[in-house]
This record gives sequence, structure tokens and C-alpha cells, in this order.
Amino acid sequence: MPFAAQWDEQKHFPVEVLRKAAGLGFGGLYCGHDVGGSGLSRADGAVIFEALAYADVSTTAYLTIHNMCASLIERYGTEDQRQDFLRELTSMDLLASYCLTEPNSGSDAASLQTTARRQAGSTDYILNGEKAFISGGGAADVYLVMARTGEAGPKGISCFYVDKDSKGLSFGRQEDKLGWRSQPTSSVILDDVRVPERCLIGKEGEGFTIAMSALDGGRINIATCSVGGAQFCVDAAQGYVSTRKQFGKAIIDFQNTQFKLADMLTKVQASRCLVLNAATALDSKAPWASASAAMAKRFATDECYNVANDALQLHGGYGYLKDYAVERYVRDLRVHTILEGTNEIMRVVMARHMIKSQA
Amino acid sequence: MKIMVAVKRVIDYAVKIRVKADKSGVETTNVKMAMNPFCEIALEEALRLREAGHAKEVVVVSMGGPQCAETLRTGLAMGADRAIHVSTTELLHPLTVAKLLRGLAESEKPNMLLLGKQAIDDDANQTGQMIAGLLHWPQGTFASKVAMEKGSDSVVVEREVDGGLESLKLQLPAVITADLRLNQPRYATLPNIMKAKKKPISQVTPEQLGVKISRDLEIVEVIEPPKRKAGVMVASVDELLDKLKNEARVI
Repeated sequence: MPFAAQWDEQKHFPVEVLRKAAGLGFGGLYCGHDVGGSGLSRADGAVIFEALAYADVSTTAYLTIHNMCASLIERYGTEDQRQDFLRELTSMDLLASYCLTEPNSGSDAASLQTTARRQAGSTDYILNGEKAFISGGGAADVYLVMARTGEAGPKGISCFYVDKDSKGLSFGRQEDKLGWRSQPTSSVILDDVRVPERCLIGKEGEGFTIAMSALDGGRINIATCSVGGAQFCVDAAQGYVSTRKQFGKAIIDFQNTQFKLADMLTKVQASRCLVLNAATALDSKAPWASASAAMAKRFATDECYNVANDALQLHGGYGYLKDYAVERYVRDLRVHTILEGTNEIMRVVMARHMIKSQA
Repeated sequence: MKIMVAVKRVIDYAVKIRVKADKSGVETTNVKMAMNPFCEIALEEALRLREAGHAKEVVVVSMGGPQCAETLRTGLAMGADRAIHVSTTELLHPLTVAKLLRGLAESEKPNMLLLGKQAIDDDANQTGQMIAGLLHWPQGTFASKVAMEKGSDSVVVEREVDGGLESLKLQLPAVITADLRLNQPRYATLPNIMKAKKKPISQVTPEQLGVKISRDLEIVEVIEPPKRKAGVMVASVDELLDKLKNEARVI
């Protein structure tokens, strides 16, 4: 919290601080103890990331993305891959990025065009393509890349663990974003990048399933960050309106302000409950877990952004100044309705589940 | 070597303290509580001694109602091996705490007793000294450095005293109380917090330790310090001297 504003202002990616957090067990929340993980549940994660996001949404969001990558390997990697790859990820000696989106495939993720082809006489894969909007791009050491090994559509996609130093791997310029400024974001370009077979995570054709299952957890984490950030905004707004006086009294004494605060807190609490509910469903591997995660993500990110925006309004003119933290929360939370699946796609996921359940 | 560390559950240092309307004490309902900062430092030192190979076991101890378990879990999460909860709902003052610790020392037989120099709620700064007296053990209070040699039966304690730093060599078993600059306590790691849930906390009552809790102190009144008054412009140096001497009584 003391540094969040500075990191946002200077676009500083606080790698040392993230490593310290990893030392405390935050680098591999959902990974096994044998590889340096903390062996915690999604419900635990919901509490932990909310507390961290209260102080710094942007940095916490990257931490959740790193954890999503580590837990993907934990779940789908072979025992050898777990042992080879996870220790350096749980300690955050190596930072990870998740590469699914491309310039021409966002919501329509299954149409991705990055290819991974084998040549005769070698078990290596050659990757070609470009990924866009990659969190950690340029700074991360490990890139989990979804690439096409087979037919068109989701069944032809596979997941690869790509090292930063791979020949042919390069990065676009750092994006200049409205928020999430303490995290680097860039495109990742693969130009005949050679990836050995032991870096294929899961089986060929399993990549899309892996990617979507990782996103279930990722969606809950992003929603959790929204809840944490929004809670800060409620507290900050309440603090401000308790001291700001107009028309002879503190503006918290006006019923409109009181009603506004009550509604804001209700939205945050409702979001929190949906998120925890989804986390528990994911932990118990319920069949409705994905839909639950989508629902929690859609609701929490929308409502919590509105809460942050309301908090800014309650600050009046001061809310527009960087001297007050609330504007940073508005900027940071704005992207949560877009990434890890737009809120429109969240509705697609939910509806698909609802229709299937009725069939 | 076995080290016993006594820790106290107090109001968190960052909380804004409010005095109760009936002046009987401070408001503790729904107030954030935490392990006394000096106790944390004492526990950290014990853990470092164990990590350096001088001790085999660190036992953390606390006295009071059921909420003590929280503080003990924090201690276990930092790395203590096991915990003992002396269960009582009576108000405890330093002499009683010292007597209870004596009871525990007789059964646990630690080689070193580490405590915080004082608690931030009563600032008594008595328990360590009293327990040393009751046990007839040497004491090194206000420790800013603790040093042991491998296999040695003595410990060197550097103390912060008014005149500077004093170095004492104490024969074990000894009582040491921790001062602020002794160390920086570690954050409990997430895995350790989870492991702490499984570590044992044993319960014992004052009766089992042969201690009868008596009220040796009575709190008459708790009031806030006087609010800062507005300044006064003085007309002359003589008037200033007069006020300093007769009103503020500082000369």
C-alpha cells in the first residue's frame, strides 16, 4: 500500500517485492508443498487475494496470473514437469505469463492462429505466431503459449511452456495502459521458436481445455481483486464524506450519501459472496463450477467497478486528483470487465450451461 | 536446550485507543488484538537460536481466556514447536503471571525463558524481573543482542541501559527480556500458518500449577492524558520564566 501509487506513476513492476511475497508462500498458492507451494484451496485464495488487492489491485492481479500459470502446470503437468518447472515458479525466481489472446482472436479464443508444427525427424515443435495483451510480457521468464497443433477449432490447440530466452521469441513495445500500470503488458512474437517435446503441457489437442480450466480459477481471482479494490473504495469514500463539510454539516449526514454508501457496501458484499461461492464450487469440482466462476466474474467486476466510480463521485473534485487513491482504483478495476473473458462472454458461458442443464 | 517464550495478547499497536465511559479501563470489545510487539521480538530470537542450533525446542506460552489460542497460533505460525495455554478468566498482573510461569518452568524445565521487556497495554516492565527473582535465575533485561557459543552453558546479553550498552554473561538457565532493537520478527509464511493449525496447544489451569490467583493490584481509574491546551502569548521574559516555574513546573 505505501508504494502502489508510486509504482502506478512510474510504471514500475515490483519484482523484488513479488519475490518477497513468494518467500512467504504467495507464489504458488494452489501448488503442492513438495514443489514449494502452499497447498491452499480456491476459497483460501479468495480471501488472500482480496486482502492484497485492497492495497494494490494491479500488482495483486499479476500475482494471480502467475499463480494461475503455476496451478495449470500443477494440475496438467506430468510429475517430471511439476518437479522441473514448479519450484522456480513458486519461489518466483521465474515469473510466468499466460498467452492465449492474439491480435485476431480475443473472445473467439478457439480461432487462434499461432501454430506449433513438428518437422520430420524431430520431436521438437516449431512455434509461429503472435500473442497480444500479455500480462508480464517482456519481463516474465516463462510463457505458457496456446498454439495450434492440429485441426481448426478448440480441439486442435495445445499448451506449451516456452522459455524467455528461446531463439525467435521477441516482444512488442510495452503498452501504455489506463490502469494496471505496475504490470508490464506487451505482445509476444514467436518466429520459428523451437520448443522441445518435454515442454508440451498435457496432450496434443488438450490445450484449449487446459486454457479454459485455468481461466475458471483466473476469473475467480480477478473477481476477488475487484472485491478487494472496491472495499478500499467504500472505506475511503466513507472516510472522506465523514470529514468533508458542506451546508453546515458533514456530507455523510445527508441521507443520499448514506444510501449511496449502503448500496455500495451491498454490492461489494454480494460480489464477495458470489466469489466465495464460486471458489468453493471450484474446490469441490462441482459440474457448475465454470458457470459459477463466470457468474461471479461478471457480477463482481461490473458492480465493483461501479462502486469505485461511485466512490470517486463521493470524493467530489478531489476524487479526480491523483493525490487521492480512488482514481487509481477506478482505472485499475476498469479492465476487469474485459480480460480473462469479457463480461459478454461470461454471459455466453452461463447461458450455455443453463441451456445444457435444461436439455 | 529448550526455550520457553511467554507472549501476551494485547490491543494491536496501530489501534486508536478509547477509554471506557466508566473509566474502568480501555475499550476492548471488537477491537483488533495482536501479539505484543516485544513478545514477537522475544519469540523471533528464540526461533533464531533454534535455527542456529543452540536450541532444540521452542515452546510458546500465554495466559488468559480462550482467545489466547489466537495469539498462540500466531506463535506457532512463526515457527514455535508447541504451545501451552494457561487457562483463566481472571485479570492477571505481573506477579501472578510470574508465579504461573514459575509453575510452568518447574514442569517444563526450560534452559532459557524469553519475554518481551514489557507489554504495550500496561507498560509494567516487571514480569521478566519477577520470574527471575522467583526462580533465582540470572536475568538480562532490555536485550539488544543475544549471543551463544556452540555447546556453551552461558549466554552473553547486550543490554540497552541509560548510559549506553552493557554486556552481561549469564549462566543458564536464565531469563532474558527483549528490547526493540534485538531483531526484526519474521512474517509467518502461508504454509506455516496452515501447518500451525495442526500443532498442539496444551491446556493447563492455575490450580494445576499450584497458583492461587490473588488481586494484589486494584485499578482505581483509567483516564485519557490531558488534551493539549491552546498556547498563550506572554508579554515578557519574566512572565515566561514565571509560567515555566510555577505552572509548567519544569524549572
